[in-house]
Amino acid sequence: MKRRQRKHIEERFFVGLMLISMVIVLGSLVLILATVLVKGLPALNWAMVTQVPQGGYYLGKEGGILNAIAGSLALAGGATVLSLVLSLGVVFYLQLFAKNARLVEGVRLALDVLWGVPSIVFGAFGFILMLWMGMRASLLGGIITLTLLELPVMVRTMDEVMQMAPAELKEAAYALGSTRLEMAQHVLLRQTLPGLLTAILLAFGRGIGDAASVLFTAGYTDRLPTSLLRPAASLPLAVFFQLGTPVPEVRQRAYAAALVLTLIVLLISLVSRLLTRHLTRHVVR
Amino acid sequence: MGALAALAAALVPLIAVALLLRARPLLDIVSIGQLLTSSAWRPLQKEFGFLPFIVGSLSVTMLAMLLAVPPCLLCAIYLAEYAPHRLREIVKPLIDLLAGIPSVVYGLWGVLMIVPFIRDILIPWSQQHFPHVTLLQTQNPTGYSILAGGIVLATMIFPVIISTAEEVIYAVPDGLREAAFSLGATRWQTVKGVVLRRALPGIIASIILGFSRAFGETMAVMMVVGNVPQIPRSIFDAGYPLAALIANNYGEMMSIPLYDAALLAAAFILLLIVLIFTIIARLFLLRAVKRTE
Repeated sequence: MKRRQRKHIEERFFVGLMLISMVIVLGSLVLILATVLVKGLPALNWAMVTQVPQGGYYLGKEGGILNAIAGSLALAGGATVLSLVLSLGVVFYLQLFAKNARLVEGVRLALDVLWGVPSIVFGAFGFILMLWMGMRASLLGGIITLTLLELPVMVRTMDEVMQMAPAELKEAAYALGSTRLEMAQHVLLRQTLPGLLTAILLAFGRGIGDAASVLFTAGYTDRLPTSLLRPAASLPLAVFFQLGTPVPEVRQRAYAAALVLTLIVLLISLVSRLLTRHLTRHVVR
Repeated sequence: MGALAALAAALVPLIAVALLLRARPLLDIVSIGQLLTSSAWRPLQKEFGFLPFIVGSLSVTMLAMLLAVPPCLLCAIYLAEYAPHRLREIVKPLIDLLAGIPSVVYGLWGVLMIVPFIRDILIPWSQQHFPHVTLLQTQNPTGYSILAGGIVLATMIFPVIISTAEEVIYAVPDGLREAAFSLGATRWQTVKGVVLRRALPGIIASIILGFSRAFGETMAVMMVVGNVPQIPRSIFDAGYPLAALIANNYGEMMSIPLYDAALLAAAFILLLIVLIFTIIARLFLLRAVKRTE
């Protein structure tokens, strides 16, 4: 009888600890979002998101963070397009053409390891690449570096999605005489479209939020990004640089930039949830 | 397409070789052992000792692991074993969301909430109650400390550890659980004696993945850790992790001789440590997959 009670007390004790842990983890998410909202909302206004920094901006005068918003969209957008092109090639190879199963596993492992490489290392590598090519900190340099950062995310996610497509579907297409590329184009892409879009969004989210890799390669500027060879501003760096100043008005802009960045990330997460739920018209189950 | 795949797979070695080549001018005059064990950091005198930075990275990361691992494992167990299906469906996206928050936002949160908390509450409290414990005493009243870095990092690796651990625990076959239940075990006894034992390689992998993520993290830590090149003696002392060293000095690195070689050597060391841990974690995960099949 006593032993029985003890095991139930132990059960309750550990379930209690688990609930406390859940509160800690979810509570920290709430605290982070609340901090960004409480600090960011009062700082956010129309001028903030529609103006670039004006004269005396860093002393608290006129201007907004449009340079950082546009720069971030250009950087992450460019990198996402580039890595989409590369990813589709790699994924099609892994899924359709590679014959050696061990080789495929090797490439997957290498990409998983690449996924774990710290972004500051990507930044340093991007910097070396730019030195070799004789480039200076620029939008293009940032895009190239972010592409490397986004590539493993996109390839591995797309690879997993395609892996889950039913084999019968592919076999049916082959049975009708289609080539591998025709099958991929008309069957596989359609079947996996929601998953592929989620992979793209995921990669875009990683790219737009990363600061350490663009620090070296994209630089920072008060202007809008108009040329691939000029520096480009970015939201994460806008947060980082402006938080470091003693001027309260400038710190406000750091909060606003953080809020815009967080809203973009939240939007991405929401859209990818909706995608998996709704964009499934062509999907055979 | 084959060439593309080969290029993607070759990127990691390519990065390592490029960093190593750029670090060569420094490695030609100073041995790697000397770099790793010296704590003299005087770039103008060509003295580059990485010890304070390596200790900085390790101490911040270890603090983060101590803070993150227990709650993460308990959370993973709760989500996989106890939580009703609907709760699990709600919580998992939230944890993914935590993973998607950019590191500067974590850093901002650290600056606005964690640093003041340490400065105004934790330091006075520990000075009052533990005046003789060196680990809790400091000359640095700012709150920008390795503890602040540890707390921010711990939060950043919550999703890494939870999602991997939850997945491997969830994948343990139900037959094992049912066998334990039929012997009269409670759920916790089943988890402790059967499920966790089976899921162990995967759980170890989740912890190592958390470690390597924390070790390489740059911006969030750099914003709260104080960035003083010293070997921290207490959790309230400032530290200077390797990644922060690289990020903070990129501006000057081309203007001082050998400085760029030193910073890229630092990047190489960082990459090497992270690679070793990631590969070990992947090997554990492969074993975990075999175990559940």
